[in-house]
Amino acid sequence: MGFEGIGASVKRREDLRFLSGRGNYTDDINRPGQLHAVIVRSPHPHARITAIDTAAARAAPGVAAVFVGEDMAAENIGGLPCGWQVKNKDGSPMAEPPHPVLAIGKVRHVGDPVAVVIAETKAQARDAAELVSVTYEELKGAPTLEAALKPGAPAVHDDVPGNVCYDWHLGDKDATDAAFAGAHKVARLELVNNRLIPNAMEPRAAVGEYDTMSGEYTLYTTSQNPHVIRLLMGAFVLHIPEHKLRVVAPDVGGGFGSKIYHYAEEAIVTWASAKVKRPVKWTAERTESFMSDAHGRDHVTVAEMAMDANGKFLGLRVRTLANMGAYLSTFAPCVPTYLYATLLAGTYTTPAIYAEVKAVFTNSVPVDAYRGAGRPEATFLLERLVDQCAIEMGLDRVEIRKRNFIPSSAFPYQTPVALQYDSGDYGATLEACLKAADWAGFEARRAEAKARGKLRGIGISTYLEACGIAPSAVVGSLGARAGLYEVANIRVNPTGSITVFTGTHSHGQGHETTFAQLMADKFGIPMDQIEIVHGDTARIPFGMGTYGSRSLAVGGSAMVKAADKIIAKGKKIAAHLLEADAADIEFKDGRFQVAGTDRAKALAEISLTAYVPHNYPIEELEPGLEETAFYDPKNFTFPGGCHIAEVEIDPDTGVTHVVNFTAVDDVGRVINPMIVEGQIQGGVAQGIGQALLETCVYDEDGQLISGSMMDYTMPRADDLPNISVGTAITLCTHNPLGVKGCGEVGAIGSPPAVIGAVVDALKDHGVRHIDMPATPQKVWGIINANRPRMAAE
Amino acid sequence: MPRVSLTVNGKPVSAEVEDRTLLVELLRETLRLTGTHVGCDTSQCGACVVHVNGDSIKSCTLLARQAEGAEVVTIEGLAAADGTLHPMQEAFREYHALQCGFCTPGMVMSAIDLVKKNPQGLSEQEIREGLEGNLCRCTGYHNIVKAIDAAQQVMHGKVKELPRAAAE
Repeated sequence: MGFEGIGASVKRREDLRFLSGRGNYTDDINRPGQLHAVIVRSPHPHARITAIDTAAARAAPGVAAVFVGEDMAAENIGGLPCGWQVKNKDGSPMAEPPHPVLAIGKVRHVGDPVAVVIAETKAQARDAAELVSVTYEELKGAPTLEAALKPGAPAVHDDVPGNVCYDWHLGDKDATDAAFAGAHKVARLELVNNRLIPNAMEPRAAVGEYDTMSGEYTLYTTSQNPHVIRLLMGAFVLHIPEHKLRVVAPDVGGGFGSKIYHYAEEAIVTWASAKVKRPVKWTAERTESFMSDAHGRDHVTVAEMAMDANGKFLGLRVRTLANMGAYLSTFAPCVPTYLYATLLAGTYTTPAIYAEVKAVFTNSVPVDAYRGAGRPEATFLLERLVDQCAIEMGLDRVEIRKRNFIPSSAFPYQTPVALQYDSGDYGATLEACLKAADWAGFEARRAEAKARGKLRGIGISTYLEACGIAPSAVVGSLGARAGLYEVANIRVNPTGSITVFTGTHSHGQGHETTFAQLMADKFGIPMDQIEIVHGDTARIPFGMGTYGSRSLAVGGSAMVKAADKIIAKGKKIAAHLLEADAADIEFKDGRFQVAGTDRAKALAEISLTAYVPHNYPIEELEPGLEETAFYDPKNFTFPGGCHIAEVEIDPDTGVTHVVNFTAVDDVGRVINPMIVEGQIQGGVAQGIGQALLETCVYDEDGQLISGSMMDYTMPRADDLPNISVGTAITLCTHNPLGVKGCGEVGAIGSPPAVIGAVVDALKDHGVRHIDMPATPQKVWGIINANRPRMAAE
Repeated sequence: MPRVSLTVNGKPVSAEVEDRTLLVELLRETLRLTGTHVGCDTSQCGACVVHVNGDSIKSCTLLARQAEGAEVVTIEGLAAADGTLHPMQEAFREYHALQCGFCTPGMVMSAIDLVKKNPQGLSEQEIREGLEGNLCRCTGYHNIVKAIDAAQQVMHGKVKELPRAAAE
């Protein structure tokens, strides 16, 4: 198809509306008669609610209603459900305490919703919320892993002893112990994967509406997966039959995982809209986002690698504590288990791996998947540990990686931690990245920087990740309470234009462009003849949405499957019109042609015939040209690659600047290189943010210290370098497009490269590892504590 | 309630507001100009930047009444009447300087003011420093910086046509 098909950097069709201020985000939606909701939240990390007095709030100007947890409980409203059950080592299920929509009896983190005030204007609702008087009996809080696991720690949930949600393991312990027993050397590392707050630029929002005549509910919400929300909220929380519940996720201003989950506010506005019989809107203030959007990461880990005399990895042992927060968010349990420990082979041939993960409840905001979800944690651990291995063996960091790579001839490759990689060439991405980053010329740059009084370092990461989580039956056996297929419905309209309804959701990824390119390529018609529809359960078939870099690999594959059905039917119609055998019809460049002849019918002629079936094989074929396909992947996809970061540190201030960043990634086949490059740059920016700037801080009692953008350091333009992105691809072998996914590779591969560079810059200061974020304070402290001594000192 | 009168995107408007109503609330809620966004509550993110009497202003930091008599331009007022985009809008599209689009209106309004106030031209580093007041979570800023660099060449009359992004 050439210019606008697969492989073309087509400009995005989404952009015009966003650049013109004509986007349609949830907070832009205003329904007739709409009321405004403000949530009253707990200011305490942990407290019993002894009384709630709402009388003054109810009497305040403009107030329509005030509801508390007991009001919902009285109507048998369920708690927020968890979508994944992980089992303990002994096979027993994880602890799964209730997660009430509005707190009942107890609050468990700062920001836990306690009451909702609904009024004519947002200002009135805000004023009245101030009048809700909640009496708390404060309890000792345990916001961190350390605090929650101490003997005698406060119980976040009264019926969860020791605050342990689950104690899980993966891999062969005996084989791993044997590997360590025979090791030449062992490298060991203790590390923290810092807690992050996602901070999509659009705060969450929700508008609930109830039609008193039809009994239908509509929820407009900032979601990455409207059908998942409809199922969870309808079936488990509000008990609304699905055919009476429509969920619309319009333009969504970034998600990064944080808008996957079913949140309390969605249920509150939907339920309340029927109580007050008017639409109810809630929009988070940023401060609320900090204390109610699911956070990410927050692991403490001890890892050891056993090596032979040549630096070959023999065994890997990992013990991780993972913070779940106060309640189980929708997919929280799978993140530090099946999206984490399964990745611990990385790009290496380590034959024996054993991982233990203990998930812990704390008095903090629930933690769930954030861009990368488990894979950044695994990658940071593994790549930092490999750097320690290089030090232990006295080997170059590149050399030890090369010695342990899974060779490109070894695919499909079965790891000892459940996954089977289908394709990859880690040597190719490594070599391309070393060249692009001029790794060989680094020492000259280090010397030049030294002459300017700067400490320069270089770091590398050769990572692997897993996307498009699947197949449904396998993840079901691992505890998923959902399928992980995707759906596409393709409607060829009578005049030959095409409307594609996808179950995936775009919140920045540019699906309206990429998917149109894909379909233009498949059908051989111009992109402007193709419309992509997503985000509305009343329009699209039941799909699972967008997360885990799955949209193209899973959703795109469903589209290809549906397109193939259209083409197969079109061939039968063409065969009838052309008086030929369907087996002799070829579809190419938008035309159905009798092979070896010039007799052909255009797609539009076939579609018109299908909808006006006067001359039509009606006995054999139904009229119409519309097909739906569900695609359940056979396996994950496995993007991977190499990231190289170069930093300069000012020893007087400890400020670290990333001066060069180079990525060469294998994301499988690329549909739109411009969009892929942008996705990777954005991911790398979040990875650099994690490595140098961002961290969520609770004080010892559980107050959220980093609760605003003044306190939580979001990367700004002058914190980041230009980000050089290249690709060196191998094709995925099990999906029809050969695609792997590009949404998360940047955030997964980059943090260890950046920290590796910081450590390299400080190599004369006696450090082997620095936990993230490497803030100026931390770096300056290291430099100052370990300054190479002068003779006179 | 007091009344405020001002010009928004070239049209005179008048509305009753509370004393505490912010300019951004007037724009979004009363005038339904929802292109201007609210991304934070501490004046950190810049999603709400508009032009007030020719200066870029975070409209969450200004009371509506303080805009009495002012000329306000929002993202909706940038393109020409025939739909021709402002060079900055065009550059953002050409250089893929937006993903989710939420920070984009504020980013574009800030960038225009930044370029206008620096007729001598800005280096890449100066562009990055000039964007201190605007957060983007999607792009990593790389393409935003490129777009602003390209747009400044058109805005300062150095080139007639926007320099095109390199084809892959």
